[in-house]
Amino acid sequence: MITFESVTKRFADGTTAVHDLDLEISKGEVTILVGPSGCGKTTTLRMINRMIEATSGRIVVDGQDVRQVDPPQLRRGIGYVIQQIGLFPHRTIAQNIATVPELSGWDKRRTEARVAELLTLVGLPAEVLDRYPHQLSGGQRQRVGVARALAVDPPIMLMDEPFGAVDPIVRSRLQDEFLRLQQEVRKTIVFVTHDIDEAIKMGDRIAILQQGGVLAQYAPPDELLARPASDFVADFLGAERGLKRLALIPVSAVKAEPGPTVSPDDEGERARAVAEAFGSDWVVVVGDQRKLLGWAHVGEALERGRVGQATLRPFLLQVRAEDSLRAALNAMVQSHTGVAVRVSDGDRYEGLVTQELLTREIT
Amino acid sequence: MTDGPPTLLAAELVRWSWIGDHADDIRDALLQHLELTGLSVLAGTLLAFPMALTAVRWPRLYAPILGFTGALFTIPSIALFILLIPFTGLQIWTALIGLTIYTLLILVRNMVEGLRGVDRDVREAAQAMGYTPARQLFQVELPLALPVIIAGLRIATVTTIGLVTVTALIGWGGLGQLFITGFTLDFTTPLVVGIVLSALLAFAADLLLVGLQRGLTPWARTRGS
Amino acid sequence: MNVLTDLIQWLTAPEQWSGPDGIPARTVQHLWYSLLAAAIAIVIALPIGIGVGHARRGGLLAINLTNLGRAIPSLGIIILVFTLVGYGVVPIEVALVAIAVPPIVTNSFVGMRSVDPEVREAAQGMGMTGWQLLVRVELPIAMPLVMAGIRTSTVQVVATATLAAYVGLGGLGRYLFDGLPQGDLSQVLGGAVLVAVLSLLTELVLGRVQALVVSDGLAQQSAEAAVGAKVQKAA
Repeated sequence: MITFESVTKRFADGTTAVHDLDLEISKGEVTILVGPSGCGKTTTLRMINRMIEATSGRIVVDGQDVRQVDPPQLRRGIGYVIQQIGLFPHRTIAQNIATVPELSGWDKRRTEARVAELLTLVGLPAEVLDRYPHQLSGGQRQRVGVARALAVDPPIMLMDEPFGAVDPIVRSRLQDEFLRLQQEVRKTIVFVTHDIDEAIKMGDRIAILQQGGVLAQYAPPDELLARPASDFVADFLGAERGLKRLALIPVSAVKAEPGPTVSPDDEGERARAVAEAFGSDWVVVVGDQRKLLGWAHVGEALERGRVGQATLRPFLLQVRAEDSLRAALNAMVQSHTGVAVRVSDGDRYEGLVTQELLTREIT
Repeated sequence: MTDGPPTLLAAELVRWSWIGDHADDIRDALLQHLELTGLSVLAGTLLAFPMALTAVRWPRLYAPILGFTGALFTIPSIALFILLIPFTGLQIWTALIGLTIYTLLILVRNMVEGLRGVDRDVREAAQAMGYTPARQLFQVELPLALPVIIAGLRIATVTTIGLVTVTALIGWGGLGQLFITGFTLDFTTPLVVGIVLSALLAFAADLLLVGLQRGLTPWARTRGS
Repeated sequence: MNVLTDLIQWLTAPEQWSGPDGIPARTVQHLWYSLLAAAIAIVIALPIGIGVGHARRGGLLAINLTNLGRAIPSLGIIILVFTLVGYGVVPIEVALVAIAVPPIVTNSFVGMRSVDPEVREAAQGMGMTGWQLLVRVELPIAMPLVMAGIRTSTVQVVATATLAAYVGLGGLGRYLFDGLPQGDLSQVLGGAVLVAVLSLLTELVLGRVQALVVSDGLAQQSAEAAVGAKVQKAA
């Protein structure tokens, strides 16, 4: 939907901010522009709505060369959210959000309805409507900024470090809400950040840019993490690339091991056999209808004669199908058993996630 | 300052011969102007300093001081001079006191703003390093407040140079005397001379003080926002 | 305190309050000179200050203009123009407009510059044209400083209009310049008091106007301190 064709931006002082960029941004996706400072990501973003003019090359938005449209006209159809937001201090929140509708000539009733709708969408209470920006917290202001950008429901949103100016807790919450929002509205979003973790979390596709505006790699997060195209990309992704990948893969993607299961009525001997076959000194105790009861030491089961008479220890951390493999790894390292137990609704036992399975998955 | 058919008006506006004949008077007027300006600015500065320190030390006093000085400043200068006459008569004191008061008003405000404008972090660091209050004031806070204070000094000096001409109405005036002369004689030359000289004087004083500010604050040389 | 009682007597005497030499008449004249000059100055200075501030050029001159303006010897200008043009409102207006213009230019300029860059960025990014940006965003935000400039300017004009009487015009200054040669201290003092009061009232009234005109959302800031800071930084 947005295409960069050999776009270059050279500034008056000679620096090349963007170098011969070819990029195809797909409709309905969140495309992240990420890279170290000086890589031209913000410059690239701002060329889309002509806040900066390209030195050479073409930028096509929805089939039209952006240079053929009058800039104010172009910008009214593109939402723009910047880090410091830039709320108008002299206008109330309601007036701020209503800015583009007003500019586009909407009538008052329609605007008011839309403002109320947007407020709910971004999760703000109705009381803020009559307040002024300086009376709101940083997180609230950020949400108003997003609401304001969404006002006329533009198909494209440009966002430049929109969550950068708030603390990590608020940022994480804003990111989650934004993803939820995007599920609903499915806009074409171009998102600039310097934080690779944010990029991986938020992006459908990530463009990593290098100093001087050179594109290093453009791929979905999983591919990026699995097959970095160069040393630069690998470095930028960080040393814990493997862990980051695990965070992207759900537990359901891996076929769980049945594991050493016994029922409480089983004899200690049976427990020993099962455990030996599996290679552990403990067994998983499962009751009627596959209800997970816990785990037990084989030695104790032998002593007491029956599994059910040994101490049943709980699995403190359990994972479900939708959790990430990273959560599974987390559970694994905190349990004596060294595995993660997967359950479904009603504590039903689904199997075990072992380290072997993890390794096999990401290599 | 001239706009009109140059030859005719210029010939009328300035009769150079008159300037030559009255060079002594002009020089005397200029000297008196400098004297009045210098004395009142000096006095104003010396008086403003303790007042500013008081306002900084006891912030609750600042608002009333500011209000009072603001109100005084609103009073037309000629009115202020005249209101002083019952107390000081028609002597040079009236002019000096009036001029000093105006200088004071401007300087107190700028000194306080300048001192308050010193970064709190800097003050805390200085205190933590063991500066006594007095040394901290003179070695840390004042130098940093200097740009704002000198900006105030600029304003005060240029304003005073303008105000001195008004004192001509109560018998002094410096270059303002030339205005009186021009008025009584219905003659433009002394007027033009007076205006041009006082403008030049103000300009020169301003430049001098800007230079002083630059010289005293080498750390502020890189342009900020 | 003979002086004081004489003064009060003069101020409260009924002759003072009627007729062409009365306080009301003189006050009206005084205000007429002042407001006319203020209006002219606003018409001249606002576009310059706002234009320069919006275009972000020529700032150095705009900032230093006020300081240069302070150097204008109003008395000299009044007398000079009077000598050239003769009796009438022109001499006083020329001088008053000359001293009224600089503070408005400087303050308007600084006011426009005080608009946060990200607010401008957001406004342009939303698709506002240059004109819309100016009228809907920059001007309202600049309003506190613009009003402060108009206030300062008008008060100075009201104060300086006193000098109109020196060249034979009306206004409250007449009490000063008629009384001085006569040695009539009460008249002179009365005039001085009246002008002082008028100036103060102007300041207060304009303060209220400013409060009404400026958006509630704009943070309270010492307008003069802000201007002062900018001027000092530019030096």
